[in-house]
Amino acid sequence: MTSVALGSPREASASHRTWDGLRRGRLVPVLTLTAIVLAVWYLACLPMNRDLPQLARVEGFANRYEVAWSLERPVLPAPHQIIGELYASTIGTRLLRETAGGLVLNPRNLLTHAWVTISATLAGFVIGVLLGIALAVAVVHVNALRRSLMPWIVASQSIPILAIAPIIIVALGSIGIVGLLPKAVISAYLSFFPVTIGMVKGLTSPDAMLLDLMRTYNASATQIFAKLRRPAAVPLLFASLKVSISISLVGAIVGELPTGAQAGIGARLLSGSYYGQTVQIWSALVMAALLAALLVALITLAERLTLKAMGTRP
Amino acid sequence: MSAQTAIDIRNLSLTFQTGDGPVYALADANLTIAKGEFVSFIGPSGCGKTTLLRVIADLEQPTSGSITVNGLAPHEARLKRQYGYVFQAPALYPWRTVEANVMLPLEVFGLPKAERRVRARKHLDMVRLSGFAKKYPWQLSGGMQQRVSIARALSFEPELLLMDEPFGALDEIVRDQLNEQLVKLWNETRKTVVFVTHSIPEAVFLSSRIVVMSPRPGRIIDVIDCDFGAERTLDIRESPEFLKVAHRVREGLRAGHSYDD
Repeated sequence: MTSVALGSPREASASHRTWDGLRRGRLVPVLTLTAIVLAVWYLACLPMNRDLPQLARVEGFANRYEVAWSLERPVLPAPHQIIGELYASTIGTRLLRETAGGLVLNPRNLLTHAWVTISATLAGFVIGVLLGIALAVAVVHVNALRRSLMPWIVASQSIPILAIAPIIIVALGSIGIVGLLPKAVISAYLSFFPVTIGMVKGLTSPDAMLLDLMRTYNASATQIFAKLRRPAAVPLLFASLKVSISISLVGAIVGELPTGAQAGIGARLLSGSYYGQTVQIWSALVMAALLAALLVALITLAERLTLKAMGTRP
Repeated sequence: MSAQTAIDIRNLSLTFQTGDGPVYALADANLTIAKGEFVSFIGPSGCGKTTLLRVIADLEQPTSGSITVNGLAPHEARLKRQYGYVFQAPALYPWRTVEANVMLPLEVFGLPKAERRVRARKHLDMVRLSGFAKKYPWQLSGGMQQRVSIARALSFEPELLLMDEPFGALDEIVRDQLNEQLVKLWNETRKTVVFVTHSIPEAVFLSSRIVVMSPRPGRIIDVIDCDFGAERTLDIRESPEFLKVAHRVREGLRAGHSYDD
């Protein structure tokens, strides 16, 4: 029977099919890579920490590793130490603390610092995106600006942010602006750039034929923008937003360093390095990475929903 | 020039200034098109047929000579939205449904929403795509997409339809179908159609007049009358009369050195 002969390769056993699905999916490659990274990390803990005094008199390979994986202030902490510290400083610590003024966020909890950084990141991201879009619209519509403004926009990003961040903090601090806003400004300074570049590309992406079509309708510049350029730029906008949100986070963390480490992920990094608390530094780094992943995932979700609503081919 | 004149072209020339020196896209073209005619421009690439169509549409400016479209300068005709233009590619907006694509010009003109919907439906009916109003362009075949773009050009009911090799990118079977449908559409609406093509059978089948053009410089070599009646089907392409007209077109192209290297 022909149908059976044709169908037979597909009629493989259930376990075979599951294995096939895993191999084609993303789960197996991702897990494999994670396992390799973790193995290399654990192996590296001994050579990286071998000069510490706690290891000086320990004999035997297994014993030396046991000590290397449980040092209090290691050069390179083991992954389970970082996870332990993350757990202890989030779920293991009270998030709210009672003070004379009522309940406040507990500065001993890492989530308090994550929130401080996230709020500056989001404020900076919103400012940066609005600024980036405004600049792109101006550059696309005004020929003179394309020539005069673009070089400045590109040059702005060649200044190291570590050099300019303290200047912004001090300058804004001297006119009484402290706290979230200076960090948001640093965030915005970094995050507007990918949006501008992506939007200029997106707004100019419609080809000559689509523009000619609008010309035959005698459409105004505003109509061409609203009905053609803006929707055409949406896919490129989302690509830019993903880059933009992650460097917003970097900007906010960098902005927390020169303030003398009061609060935020940046403050945790700084105080960790003051006191040699490497496990604290690493757990703050992992928290920053988790936040970045979360923010990018949110943008990706928004992208999917928007493109679906726009009828884009799946 | 009578009131029945749709397009009047006198001594029209267009020279593009390029880095390699001037390119003579059109040289001294003269042509009068009456209202209700179906006129094809045929010739090899570089003969200026698309350029001439773009001059009519005010998408290119002539270097010298004069041209009127429905008695107006092309610029005024464009401002008054006197023509619908169909491009080589469907040029549909991918984020708009078929219906929304047909409504695009009506939105630009500021028609009320209910009116837009009625007109879109009517013209999608006309190109026999009523069932596809809510689909997105990528869900349609190439031939269907081009029919949407024809419905879009007709949606604001211009008197003049300018078509620039609209079926050039389609396969021959789809092209034959669309040719038959276009003849029917022309019979129903009796709009003036200016149609650019490089296919001899297509030009002979569709047109009431064929303008043969040749390159370097782009000029009009021959204008051939040709009418096979409103009820024609693709079968007439094997008739001796049809082959005679096709032969004359080919002779015209040969005389214009279109077949030279």
